[in-house]
Amino acid sequence: MKKIIHITLAAFALLLVTSGTVTAKESIASLRGTEDLEGKSLKVTKKKVISQEGGFERSYKQQPPMIPHKIDKYKINLKNNGCLKCHSKKNHKKEKAPMLGESHFLTRDGKKLEKVSSRRYFCNQCHAPQVDANPLVKNDFEGVK
Amino acid sequence: MTNGQKKGTFSVLLIGIILGIILWGGFNWALALTNTEQFCISCHEMRDNPYEQLQDTIHFTNRTGVRATCPDCHVPKEWVYKMIRKIQASNELYHHFIVKDVDTPEKFEAKKLELAKHVWKAMKDTDSRECRNCHNFDSMDFDKQESRSADRHEEAIEKGYTCIDCHKGIAHELPEGYDPGEDAPDGENAG
Repeated sequence: MKKIIHITLAAFALLLVTSGTVTAKESIASLRGTEDLEGKSLKVTKKKVISQEGGFERSYKQQPPMIPHKIDKYKINLKNNGCLKCHSKKNHKKEKAPMLGESHFLTRDGKKLEKVSSRRYFCNQCHAPQVDANPLVKNDFEGVK
Repeated sequence: MTNGQKKGTFSVLLIGIILGIILWGGFNWALALTNTEQFCISCHEMRDNPYEQLQDTIHFTNRTGVRATCPDCHVPKEWVYKMIRKIQASNELYHHFIVKDVDTPEKFEAKKLELAKHVWKAMKDTDSRECRNCHNFDSMDFDKQESRSADRHEEAIEKGYTCIDCHKGIAHELPEGYDPGEDAPDGENAG
């Protein structure tokens, strides 16, 4: 008889524990939302990349300027850098594009190079295009002028 | 003419017609068959290198699903030029079967600048004829283009630039050794 009571208690305990974990799993809300891990994540709403003549204003001094156009057709890899088609020393005037800053030709020891320094080669490590998204929090931030 | 002679002439004519249909038809059939992408990528050199790279570009994947196949850009549509290109293609067979100098991605990569320069030169010489099979200045609405593109296209018409002067590496990756920052349509081309 005692044995039966023990088994029933153990079964109850097990049931409690498992049901507990199940509710815990359901209540976890991550960046995925409440979507099940197995399921597909929510579709991201599509945002258009902004083309803005004259570029974007900076938010703070020395901010890498943001890219005011689409960049999906230009590739940067070890062989070539598509951005330089317009932003290079040679072509920027003709293309009416800003030339990459003088700092981009310096090595970390301050030596000036003929070509873009390898540490500044991958443009979109610092420069990013912008989409027509609303700010996450309403604010009246103004950048430096 | 006797009856026998008549019969003879008739049969010669008939044989000629049938032979003509078979030969000319077969020729055209072979021409059409070798002018498909499936034929181009039946060689691993084409399948693994240019075709692989094409798939990342707007000429393969885009909003409307209209796409260009290999021969659309690399084989002229006009008969005479098409024949010339077809004969030149024997050189490609020679390199595929005998020289074997592009049969690995590494070898291909090493030779890519040279190969690209050949194509750029060909397109420059023909005023980008194959591009213009689809892309036509007369049908371009500059109001619908971005202001930068519109400005440059107007300039191109005025100064007589050709498509390939600016649009290099739009259907395959650019080769190593070519610097887009040093190439400008009126300057010295890398090619």
